[in-house]
Amino acid sequence: MKAPLSWLRDYAPLDASVDQLTTVLSELGLVVDGVEEVGGGLADVVVARVLDIRPHPDADRIRLVDVDPGDGGPLQIVCGAWNFNVGDLVPLAPIGAVLPGDFKIAKRKMRGEVSNGMLCAARELELPEPPDATDGLLILAPDLAPPGTPIADALGIEADVVFDLDITPNRPDALCMAGIARDLAAALGETWSWPATSVAAPDPALGAAPVTVSAGDLCPRFTATVMEGLPTGPSPEWMARRLTLAGMRPINAVVDASNYVMLDLGQPNHAYDLAQLGGGGILVRRGVQGETLVTLDDVARALGPDDCVICDADGTAVGVGGIMGGASAEIGPDTQRVLLECAWFDPTAIARTGNRLGLTSEARTRFERGVDPGLAERAATRFFDLLRAIPGGENLRRGPLVDERDPSLPAGPELTLRTARVNEVLGVDLSDSDVAGYLEPLGFAVAGDRVTVPTWRLEVAREIDLIEEVARMYGYRRIARTVPAGSGRRTGGLTTRQRERRRIRAVLGGAGLDEAWTTTFLAPGDLDRAGLDPAAVEVENPLDRSESLLRTSLMPGLLKALRFNLDRQLDDLALFEIGRVFRLPAPGSVLPEEEELLGVAVLPPAGASLRSSVRPSADAAVVSAVRSWQWLASALRLDSPALVAGEVAGLHRGRSARAFAGRVELGAVGEVDPDVVSAYELSGRVGWVSLSLDALAGVARRPRLVGDISRYPASDVDLAFVVDEAVPAADVVAAVRSAGGDLVEDVTLFDVYRGERVGAGVRSLALRARFRALDRTLTDTELADLRQGLIDAAAGVGATLRS
Amino acid sequence: MTDLADSIAAALEVGRRRLAGASDLDSFLEARQEVLGKRSAIAQLNTRLGGLDPDQRRDAGAAINGARRTLADEADALQEKWEARRREDRVAAERLDLTEITSGPAGPPLEWSGRGAGHLHLVTQTRDELEDTFVAMGFTVAEGPEAENDWYNFEALNMPPDHPARGMWDTLYLRLGQPGSVLLRTHTSPVQVRLMEAGRLPIYAVMPGRCYRRDTPDARHLAVFHQIEGLVVDKGITFGDMAGVIDAFTAAFFGEGMHARLRPSFFPFTEPSAEFEVTCPICAGAGCRTCSGSGWIELGGCGMVDPNVFASVGIDPEVYTGFAFGFGIDRLAQVRSALPDMRALLDNDVRFLSQF
Repeated sequence: MKAPLSWLRDYAPLDASVDQLTTVLSELGLVVDGVEEVGGGLADVVVARVLDIRPHPDADRIRLVDVDPGDGGPLQIVCGAWNFNVGDLVPLAPIGAVLPGDFKIAKRKMRGEVSNGMLCAARELELPEPPDATDGLLILAPDLAPPGTPIADALGIEADVVFDLDITPNRPDALCMAGIARDLAAALGETWSWPATSVAAPDPALGAAPVTVSAGDLCPRFTATVMEGLPTGPSPEWMARRLTLAGMRPINAVVDASNYVMLDLGQPNHAYDLAQLGGGGILVRRGVQGETLVTLDDVARALGPDDCVICDADGTAVGVGGIMGGASAEIGPDTQRVLLECAWFDPTAIARTGNRLGLTSEARTRFERGVDPGLAERAATRFFDLLRAIPGGENLRRGPLVDERDPSLPAGPELTLRTARVNEVLGVDLSDSDVAGYLEPLGFAVAGDRVTVPTWRLEVAREIDLIEEVARMYGYRRIARTVPAGSGRRTGGLTTRQRERRRIRAVLGGAGLDEAWTTTFLAPGDLDRAGLDPAAVEVENPLDRSESLLRTSLMPGLLKALRFNLDRQLDDLALFEIGRVFRLPAPGSVLPEEEELLGVAVLPPAGASLRSSVRPSADAAVVSAVRSWQWLASALRLDSPALVAGEVAGLHRGRSARAFAGRVELGAVGEVDPDVVSAYELSGRVGWVSLSLDALAGVARRPRLVGDISRYPASDVDLAFVVDEAVPAADVVAAVRSAGGDLVEDVTLFDVYRGERVGAGVRSLALRARFRALDRTLTDTELADLRQGLIDAAAGVGATLRS
Repeated sequence: MTDLADSIAAALEVGRRRLAGASDLDSFLEARQEVLGKRSAIAQLNTRLGGLDPDQRRDAGAAINGARRTLADEADALQEKWEARRREDRVAAERLDLTEITSGPAGPPLEWSGRGAGHLHLVTQTRDELEDTFVAMGFTVAEGPEAENDWYNFEALNMPPDHPARGMWDTLYLRLGQPGSVLLRTHTSPVQVRLMEAGRLPIYAVMPGRCYRRDTPDARHLAVFHQIEGLVVDKGITFGDMAGVIDAFTAAFFGEGMHARLRPSFFPFTEPSAEFEVTCPICAGAGCRTCSGSGWIELGGCGMVDPNVFASVGIDPEVYTGFAFGFGIDRLAQVRSALPDMRALLDNDVRFLSQF
């Protein structure tokens, strides 16, 4: 909403500096997006008369113009515009003038001819273009003012300030000059008043237009006034200028007056060409299924029974009530008589129709937020007054106001406001009279604890709304800042899960992985390319098809992130992400199943990386994934963490395992399927871990009780077993460990050998078992027994001692 | 003509035998090239069409093509088999007992890497800091689903269907349930509703999380973004308390001498509502490009919990009052790190990630 200060001053003096006004507006909640100072830079520009136009001896596109700048002239100007004739009045910026944009006019020679200034276009002076302007200079009205008159005086332009305000949806009253000025005046302690209105009485000879409202719930108030003797041609400079400053293009006197009334008072209105209205009147009814109307923007709109349709008295639709008029009864240059509509429409109905038609307009914005239902008559009179004051409008006559009201038309409610409640909610200490003092200047009538809301503030419907008004006028700034006393003891903190999430990030970060954040959305085909089930929750209205699915896995996003980096010659990549994935709802539910997952994707460089001389081994990707899992299992103190070989979608079938803590499956560890790697246009091998934080939250942890630590020496026993490839090393280790009982401190696999010396289909696993007793040094005999026990236990899982 | 038909049948037969004779994928591909390539026996048959009259030529051409297609289809099926076999072979050849790694010494995950310590994402680091600041002020951290139904995202927050304020958020809907009933949350406020519905009062909590809006991403906005909101519900909570908490947070998070200021605004779920601005962390209030010379940065919104919201979760507004606030985590990170374009947050360029 653009509000020129000069216009606001129609209502109150607003005697404060622009900076102060800006601050006050912001503190009132009328947020100032911008302040523009306009009309400056015209000080030196004068009216000049064209005396002679001569060709330039040395150029085709510019001409020599002699003008009278006020002293009779002639003053030679070189000019490139072609739209003027001898005798025209045009604006002249003489030498030394400074135009808007800090543009200084100096004496200069153009192709050898002196130019003593510049003749100006409207744009160069930041003035509105006249509606029928041709390209070139601003041609002034023939008898506007004698040459030499400052252009600002001639056009009645004052320097002005335009506030660009961001009006929140709860302040429909501030979508007009009157409302903005009312707030400002109240905050500045000034008196606000309506401008004087005409005393010209309605002319009964014009008669009242017949108005029937059959949809009173949609249109609780409809007023119509017939007017005759309209001025033709453009509106006066002052009105055109105000409209321009407020962001509207002047068109002609009648249209401009209509827009002016809306901006000034906040009443959207519509002027129909009475001659085009069948039956010379109006019918307001519900739309009929199948009915269409071509609106002013030349679009055919399908209407229905929820829509309020304005029709002529014969029932032909001429407008979508409160949103946009139709093309048929639009006023034109030949319009003799108009019917002016000032109505009030139900905000919810307007919103519904507007949404369905996808149609926005200044009228819709105002009606759906709430227009003053008591404004129609004043608005109609204002329209009349404006046009009557325009040259050519002296003979304007109006008929009586036809005013159709439905009982559902709202009035300002009477509310209860407890001063104690004001103080409780705001944390202030106001008296009854303080409260009244804040509300009354805004138009609220206060009597004891009863407050009557003015019709222009109907969104104020509850005590809390009044409290907000008090707070606004008191000033948010002045409310003392306190710390909540509260009702009891409270302690802040993170939950176990939140702390654990941070621990996961710290461990992986410490291990050298970078944390990524990928989008929740996937493109169709992303899951398929990753070898995953393509079933996913679809977005109904995605911005782009490439964002039309919710991820069911972190894999596609992380693989894309790897690819992004590879494309930039960045290798040695190790990324992890913690985020939600979404699966189709469980039966009986409509919400997707959400799960929080950790994803790890490691892509070792093909050779030694830039910063390291260590070449990754051939299996580096999968090893890094397994070790990441190990680090996490240890850091999170998982009880009995285990990897169990098994097929996992998207992973290499010979290099994938499910990860468990005890019996609870947490996720998967392994290497991404090479086919998936190539489908994502990556080269090399990618290690992968996916763990569910939801599952993690439910599993047991090793107790925090400290175990005994022996002070006796340890004895290590090394054993090599030949084990079938089908038997996991972990099984052998577990068997050995359990055979050692309390005396075994650790069992480690320290060498794996495959080859001719052991044969095909098996490998040799070399284990080191470390024994130690809490209470003694173990004897050789004991160790020999223990060693045999290990061998027997290993045999139980099919491992034979390597000879 | 019969002659040609015989030749076609012969070429087909020879081709089949040649394809069937392959022993692995490589030899199969070689055979396929021989049997179906430009110089294959079948392709050569086309050269014999020249001498035929047009009708015959058409029929013979169709016959040759038909045979070629038959052979190609059979080759495709075989190729699929050989490719599957090769995958099987590779899986078998590359089979690794992952427990051999877990049973060995637990070395570092990235033992080849020369990169040093990893880096946490700028957004999660900012989120951690925010959480820590509020935890120190006595708040807990609450979380909730990202896909929500209309009740939690809108209706319980004083925005019934058709409420014009819904237009303040461009919502992404999911193709689930009744059209328009399941959505991606546009703010973390649904967590507030869930928290209040659970009914354990008083509440002093912040709720960080991922949110979604149907907004074309630009330098300052992402369609997928992160927000943190706060909620206090207790007896005797005032607007002054809200201003005090926000101010205290500002000083704790940005540093001493940094302040917050409030100005009236509108949100459907709070009343009175306010926007809050904080001292520009780049210039400490002196005025710079980041704050357009004002010395203040607009950070978020806040307000006293609207009585209608309390009503929808069954809290008596005459007994309890409360306030809520919220702001963008990504936006805050952007301001603090002078990030020119927020879209960089989603690229995961390691040169970007490793700066934080």
